[in-house]
Amino acid sequence: MKLQVGGHDSFAPDPPPRQRGQGMNDMKTAVQAAGLFATYDIPDYFCELLNRGDSPPPDLKRVRDRLARFDLAELRRRAAAVEAQFYRLGITFTVYSDREAIDRVLPFDVIPRVLTATEWDHIERGVQQRVRAINLFLHDIYHDRHILNDGVVPRDLVLGNANYCQAMVGLDVPGGVYVHINGTDLVRDRDGRFLVLEDNARTPSGVSYVLEDRQMMLRLMPDLARGLNIRPVDEYGHRLHRALAEVAPAGVDNPQVVLLSPGIYNAAYFEHVFLAREMGIPLVEGRDLMVEDGRVYMRTVAGPRPVHSIYRRLNDDFLDPLVFNPDSMLGVPGLVDAYRRGNVTLANAIGTGVADDKAVYAYMPRIIRYYLDEEPILTNVETHICAEREGLEYTLANIERLVVKPVGESGGYGLLIGPHATQAELDEFRALLRANPANYISQPVISLSVSPTLCPAGVEARHVDLRPFAVTGRDTWVLPGGLSRVALRKGSLVVNSSQGGGSKDTWVLAS
Amino acid sequence: MTQASVFPAPVVPGLRNLLSRYAESTMWLARYMERIENLARLIEVTSASVSATNMDAGWDSVIRINADEDLFFQHHETATERSVVAFYIIDANNPDSIVSMARYARENARVLRPLISTEMWMHLNVFTRWVMELGPNDVGAGYLSSLCTRLKQDCQTHFGITEGTLYRDQAWLFYILGKNLERADQITRLIDIKYHTLLPSEVGIGSDIDMSQWTSVLRSAAAYHAFRRVLPEGMTPANIVGFLLKNDGFPRSLSTSLRSVYSVLGSLAGEYRLRHCAPIIERVEELRVTLAEQTVEDIIMRGLHEYMDWIQRELRQIQSEIAHAFWPPVLSVHSTGTGRMEQVQN
Repeated sequence: MKLQVGGHDSFAPDPPPRQRGQGMNDMKTAVQAAGLFATYDIPDYFCELLNRGDSPPPDLKRVRDRLARFDLAELRRRAAAVEAQFYRLGITFTVYSDREAIDRVLPFDVIPRVLTATEWDHIERGVQQRVRAINLFLHDIYHDRHILNDGVVPRDLVLGNANYCQAMVGLDVPGGVYVHINGTDLVRDRDGRFLVLEDNARTPSGVSYVLEDRQMMLRLMPDLARGLNIRPVDEYGHRLHRALAEVAPAGVDNPQVVLLSPGIYNAAYFEHVFLAREMGIPLVEGRDLMVEDGRVYMRTVAGPRPVHSIYRRLNDDFLDPLVFNPDSMLGVPGLVDAYRRGNVTLANAIGTGVADDKAVYAYMPRIIRYYLDEEPILTNVETHICAEREGLEYTLANIERLVVKPVGESGGYGLLIGPHATQAELDEFRALLRANPANYISQPVISLSVSPTLCPAGVEARHVDLRPFAVTGRDTWVLPGGLSRVALRKGSLVVNSSQGGGSKDTWVLAS
Repeated sequence: MTQASVFPAPVVPGLRNLLSRYAESTMWLARYMERIENLARLIEVTSASVSATNMDAGWDSVIRINADEDLFFQHHETATERSVVAFYIIDANNPDSIVSMARYARENARVLRPLISTEMWMHLNVFTRWVMELGPNDVGAGYLSSLCTRLKQDCQTHFGITEGTLYRDQAWLFYILGKNLERADQITRLIDIKYHTLLPSEVGIGSDIDMSQWTSVLRSAAAYHAFRRVLPEGMTPANIVGFLLKNDGFPRSLSTSLRSVYSVLGSLAGEYRLRHCAPIIERVEELRVTLAEQTVEDIIMRGLHEYMDWIQRELRQIQSEIAHAFWPPVLSVHSTGTGRMEQVQN
């Protein structure tokens, strides 16, 4: 399954060498923890397990020492057992035919990625803050548009955005929640600092791997996890169901929640099934639903039954052929009308894509300050907005060290990775920037952190990212951990499953 | 105890409201798995019983049971063991082949993944993949018996896992409904096509060959041992037909399957208060009455083939009335059915 990602192309594979002297303490502990890691090439990147630059808490040391005592052959045996189990479950890579390709998932790496309680506390607060700001932003741009009137975010960027949805203007959604499920893509830089790479405020996927990976991990590596205080992840379904019930239309007792999926041929169908099962709710397709008198019903053997809250895993464009794409066979005619009348809740709301847009991302620190009067807890990757004079000048002056990206849907010119570009390419981009500065942002090249990973040649360092999932009903709950994706190819920064990406179980230590 | 206040279960959203699409897929999953088992059984017995005499005699009846004469003879001159076995096990262009049925079963299981147990899915996933990968080398004469045994056993494993893990609500009832309608249909087809082989020929009255034909028909229905226990001395064509049609203790007899269909429809109407059951129940009841009121000699005398044919048409009618009652076609252009054809084409 291909996960929504972005921005990884902005990271050059060959960062300048690290200054001598840093990380000496870690070198020492790494040597002590030899064994499995004997051949581990201490990377020139931040590594949560072996190159942290701080004194790690006892539980993290314990994980490292236990891992070190593992025999490589034993680790491989367990990895093979994982694969066999995933095969039986039908969520493994298959190679038979295109028909079967829908069963594909991220390969699983048996070495967990570990986050300390302090690190998690920081991420959790940061994600909650971001979700709060995003919801306030969405409410504002679909109502009074203060933020646009005050000139904090350019009007065109929002109102002219392809994801801005006219049908949402003036509509009050229950609890003011637009983004009920949010995925925040984080990376760590050379200093271990967490940076937001992008927000996923539409229909973020991948949470099923978090739960599946944990189950698999505890079954196959019980000796690694024993006695450690790892935050559990299995309440996700319960939390999600509760949030979806909380935002159901007012006055409905015991609301019927359903998960709306494009169907068994969708790449994420496995996840839809998984979540429907975890919540104990029906997984419906568009054809299972009908709208009558502005109310939504599902077709059951006992006749039509009312539906109040829809966790939809269908993009905006396909939701309702009467309002959006008229050719869509996946949606439900009249759904948007029912939604606008307040008879059904959609999670996430329609038109949230404007909040996770690449161009709007650049303004997110300002959006947080504007609505919350707080400094962002999680910072963006440093981003220069070329629509602004300062940003443009900085970009032009430093172009050979920056990644320049087109924003919005217009794109087309592709991006420029400064350190890899020829002089002619740099010149061409300078001209493009001067001609249409508002179409570009620029960012520095980031050295992604790494995590020890079981590879064909042994345990090696591979780049990872992290997608925590936040569920918002009456309040925002963040699933402890999230999806850690790992670029399985040596030196690769691309964590997509289609390009050699895998997943790791993410352990959040309680202390 | 506190449990008493919990049962009967309150109306829990999701549990008592079985999606129509799920009901349809549940029924068809059961039908395809039952059909695969029956076909594997028939192929195995045919292979064993013809090999003693003429290698290729008897294979045409497998084609006739499935009413596939047109499709088969488009591509083959004669019904040899080799051609029929390939046609029914690995030919993906034959919708009645085991590989095709495994694919339909798989599609239905995928639809039902939110509903069925993980154990059910895991087994179906591995089983159907294995079937879909079978090639010409797997169906050679030397492997046929063990192949059929595994097919049969996998179907039985499926039924066992289902019995032990599927939650008992409407989905379970639709599953039982599908399985028993299929069984009823299969037994009438077997009787219809095989009856003539039971009749004494001019030359071989009472000969060993007759006896082996009779036992092979019984074995095709897994009825041999049960029949021996009930009628140790009564192996006559009429008794065999009677046993397969009317014996209330035999799990695959027509009367047993109809009894189950009848009782399941009663539960859907009673426990779950589903409407539209009454006319279907009436139709099933009518079938049971005609079966109970006639002796097997009467049935044979009036025309066994006509009677089997009538029952098959009635069963088909029951299936379509169930479909009409519980997953009626949606009238807008927007939606499509979940029937087999769509699943095939997708």
